[in-house]
Amino acid sequence: MENSTSPKFKQNAHDALNDASLQRALGRLKTGFKDKRTAAIAQLPEFEQLRDAARDIKNHTLANLDHYLTAFEANVIANGGHVHWCADAEEARQTVLKICQDKDAKSVLKGKSMISEEIGLNAFLEKQDLKVVETDLGEYIIQLRNEPPSHIIAPAIHVHKEQVADSFRATHKGRDINRPLDEPRELLDEAREVMREHFFAADVGITGANFLIAETGTSVIVTNEGNGDLTQTLSKVHIAIASLEKVVPTLEDASTILRVLARSATGQEMSSYTTFSTGPRRTEDLDGPEEYHVILLDNGRSNMLGTEFQDMLRCIRCAACMNHCPVYGAVGGHAYGWVYPGPMGSVLTPSLIGVEEAGHLPNASTFCGKCEEVCPMRIPLPKMMRHWREREFEKHLGPQSMRFGIQAWAWMASQPKLYQFATGIAARALKLIGGSKRAIRKLPLASGWTDIRDLPAPQGKTFKQLWAEQQAAKKA
Amino acid sequence: MSFAPSSTSTPSSTPDPTPKPRVGLFVTCLVDMFRPTVGFSAVKLLEEAGCVVDVPMEQVCCGQPAFNAGDLASARKVAKPLIAMFADHDYVVAPSGSCAGMMIKHFPELFANDPEMAEPVKALAAKTWELVSFLTDVMKLQGVAAAFDGSITYHDSCSGLRELKVKEQPRKLLRSVTGLSINELQEPETCCGFGGTFCVKYPEISGKMVGDKTTDIKNSGADMLLAGDMGCLMNMAGKLRREGSDMEVRHVAEVLADMTMAAPGIAGSEKG
Ligand code: SF4
Repeated sequence: MENSTSPKFKQNAHDALNDASLQRALGRLKTGFKDKRTAAIAQLPEFEQLRDAARDIKNHTLANLDHYLTAFEANVIANGGHVHWCADAEEARQTVLKICQDKDAKSVLKGKSMISEEIGLNAFLEKQDLKVVETDLGEYIIQLRNEPPSHIIAPAIHVHKEQVADSFRATHKGRDINRPLDEPRELLDEAREVMREHFFAADVGITGANFLIAETGTSVIVTNEGNGDLTQTLSKVHIAIASLEKVVPTLEDASTILRVLARSATGQEMSSYTTFSTGPRRTEDLDGPEEYHVILLDNGRSNMLGTEFQDMLRCIRCAACMNHCPVYGAVGGHAYGWVYPGPMGSVLTPSLIGVEEAGHLPNASTFCGKCEEVCPMRIPLPKMMRHWREREFEKHLGPQSMRFGIQAWAWMASQPKLYQFATGIAARALKLIGGSKRAIRKLPLASGWTDIRDLPAPQGKTFKQLWAEQQAAKKA
Repeated sequence: MSFAPSSTSTPSSTPDPTPKPRVGLFVTCLVDMFRPTVGFSAVKLLEEAGCVVDVPMEQVCCGQPAFNAGDLASARKVAKPLIAMFADHDYVVAPSGSCAGMMIKHFPELFANDPEMAEPVKALAAKTWELVSFLTDVMKLQGVAAAFDGSITYHDSCSGLRELKVKEQPRKLLRSVTGLSINELQEPETCCGFGGTFCVKYPEISGKMVGDKTTDIKNSGADMLLAGDMGCLMNMAGKLRREGSDMEVRHVAEVLADMTMAAPGIAGSEKG
């Protein structure tokens, strides 16, 4: 996805807050994800220790990233596969295209992949006259609707089933227009039927990867629909596209992280399917692709190494942070304006497309800390959002008025006498304005506050004035 | 060295009744300007728990607004004087999880590049407490001598809850208040949408969040809303008023100190 609407975050948020259908959909986050995670974790006493272990595995890997990536590459090659190192989105797109062209491919099947969204792969391949079919139901729905995902594991969370039925009626030709499509089951069955035909006709299958295992040269995906398996086993060529930080040293390490992944994401102990791909089909194998390629995408990640943003590379894309984020819950994923929404997006997006472009995102947080509380990889998301604010401040981004306001306030606040004098006057004045209601409905220069809520009036004198009076009276 | 803590400042979890611990009250800017009653409630609670309370008069703010705006230089400028100001107290106590959290968790980050400040900042962080958890966890207070005839509901402010693990402490003391019952919110731990400058930078999002909060509050059926942070309280009280609710809103310290007669609630009209 090349263009972001992140600079318009405020407008996007405004639109989202006034979109009744979206608001209804966001109401499902609680029962759909949050309650399930809570229940799953309550059943696993060692969950906190597992989080520590998962964090430590990734920290160790990131400290030795070059080593594990080279080991991974060597093992993929030893298994008969290919590894392509791609510095940026364009290189990755061209590499995928080249593989498709070499095979004279006409159609491409896709498993769910956020990296594919990041590099805008579908639009690019379609321009090259390749037919691209998403096989994850959620991805398929938003593909039909021509929309980006609004959530990293539930890409169509903003869509209601009635809207899905409309899309199906409009695109699945040759079926009875009045067929019943009211129940999720009916939608699923129809999607499955349509998808089957595509599976058997596919030349190239592209999936993402939840992990790359260095010791075996394996890519791992987790899905709940089994679509990923079919995508990669039925196609002649399997391309796994993954960003650098997906690598882990061993199978054991991947298993440890898997134990926190699904629980944090959907509250499942494990996703329904966990699929390991190690090289192309061997002669004795019954199925599998003829060719196996891994695209290793950097696209800005190596720049994060060694900076205060390195911890973000521990992210396993479980989406717990956005499921629990009150800001995401209010505005949904599209408002963030690029591929990655919610707290993880507010940290990652500025790293990948620049803080000039995505500056709103790390600011649109109350620092309530819920994201960090639930993140299985213990990523200090609020702290990193604050680091982005520091970068913005250094670069003189953000509203000039806010900058001036903070500095003027800091100047005042470092002169106690002056500050006390000024707050003493302000407290009195505001009390007068508040009147007998003790609340102020409208105040010049404070519309950000008073547009939404009354400003409670001060009691009149400041604590320090009263304290000084009291101490003096005691002495007298 | 001017920042060296005095010999009496070794924190001890089981305080000897003699001599009484000397507590420096960090009033916080919002309490100072908007709600002095909270400051006096804190003093009363601390004295009743056996502390000697001192209020350094030069104190202003912990620097959090600048820190969260990414302006570290301003944050340091505002924060630094506090470190010397409270160097001689046994404890520093604030009626706010947010401001105490700033001193405990974020001062070490803020001054990380200043080796001279490392020791004094560490010492300050080690002896700073949020008011209610100080009363229960350090002073081992089991209950308070207060009465309130009615039901309350309690919002867990984010910083206190997540940075300082303040959760059971206020409930424990509230349960000892004669006549008081607690109606829990559906989602007591969900942010109220205040977030410092967030609430004026993104008023619409903040408005949605505080609107969800006030719905939860009203549905609780409680007579009074309590919390431990003035920022959240002003946000929620302001929204309740805007929605036409006259529900009483107070800082938890006011109820625990039995000072609800001292002033009407936050944004509460004269009827008292
Ligand atoms: S930041 Fe943490 S909670 Fe959010 S998606 Fe990544 S791993 Fe999951």
